[in-house]
Amino acid sequence: MPHINFPEGLQGIRAAMAFRPETAKPLNELAEVLLHAPNSLTPGERELIATYVSSQNDCYFCQTVHGAIAAAHLNGDEALVKCVKADFWSAEISGKLKALLVIAGKVQQGGKHVTTADVEAARRVGATDIEIHDTVLVAAAFCMYNRYVGGLDTWQPHDEELYRQRGKKTAKEGYITMSQEYLPRESPN
Amino acid sequence: MPHIALPEQLPGISSAFAFRPETARPMRELAHILLHEPNSLSPGERELIATYVSSLNDCYFCQTSHGAAAACHLGGIETVKQVHVDFQQAPISEKLKRLLVIVGQVQRGGKSVTSAAVDAAREQGATDVEIHDTVLIAAAFCMYNRYVDGLATWQPRDETIYAQMGAHLAREGYTTPSIRPHRDS
Repeated sequence: MPHINFPEGLQGIRAAMAFRPETAKPLNELAEVLLHAPNSLTPGERELIATYVSSQNDCYFCQTVHGAIAAAHLNGDEALVKCVKADFWSAEISGKLKALLVIAGKVQQGGKHVTTADVEAARRVGATDIEIHDTVLVAAAFCMYNRYVGGLDTWQPHDEELYRQRGKKTAKEGYITMSQEYLPRESPN
Repeated sequence: MPHIALPEQLPGISSAFAFRPETARPMRELAHILLHEPNSLSPGERELIATYVSSLNDCYFCQTSHGAAAACHLGGIETVKQVHVDFQQAPISEKLKRLLVIVGQVQRGGKSVTSAAVDAAREQGATDVEIHDTVLIAAAFCMYNRYVDGLATWQPRDETIYAQMGAHLAREGYTTPSIRPHRDS
């Protein structure tokens, strides 16, 4: 049972966001910029980073919903998403994304774990400063989202089809549009 | 040296914010709502929570700048130092002590938060919104701390810079830069 009284029927972060719409707004805007807005890293690559960090943090809701969003961006390739979580070195992803996932894994352990050698390795396979920046921030942000979802003990139903459908929709619409499904409508001023 | 080419002469998160204004805007707004806007937890209490989790994450820039902001709100640095050493002995309310227990659990991982810790906070009068905000402040600083250290930002060991930033944060909040580049102009 959740640690506080949430609106009923909302899963995971949606319950927490509906409970506190003031903080939901920047939380959704940050996810939109990092994961959905145009970027030299594809949305699929960025969602794989988010999914990987969420699985390292053992957050069922986040790894499942972002895994579904990643799969939706990657032609429905759920096997690839599973492979990235289990052992990304053996996954069919670019060498650049592998090097960025190393950095994401270090950030998950703690900011100081990221080494100059990790960053240089990513740069050697073509990562730009902004890609390294965004990788660090996606990983850091999911250390927040995961703790938010887990720390309030939100309801996380194990229903793969629910996440699959939501993943398809979020991949298409993005985070701000999707938030209209569960946030109270803003009152006209 | 920072891992990427961040704007020079800006310390800590300020340099990362200047490098990527698109992500800076919601990150600033989140901090402003959580730490500065009206709340039943005082700004000083919320800055102590931010400072405590930053010290657990060993982030020098965040714990020093937010410690300075807390000191401004509380009228001195003593309580900040005592919370850092052992919050159970610090001159703060029993409610805040119990919220800090939850903060420490969030820092270790979301699943570490226990019903017993939440019940204990509630017994001292903590409301649902206060418990929510405590969890989110702790979680958010697990992001800010990793952002600041994960990019290896410049974190000068000059307390006057942090006192200046803390005063700005306590007065103005988080929507505007707390520091300008250190050049004579």
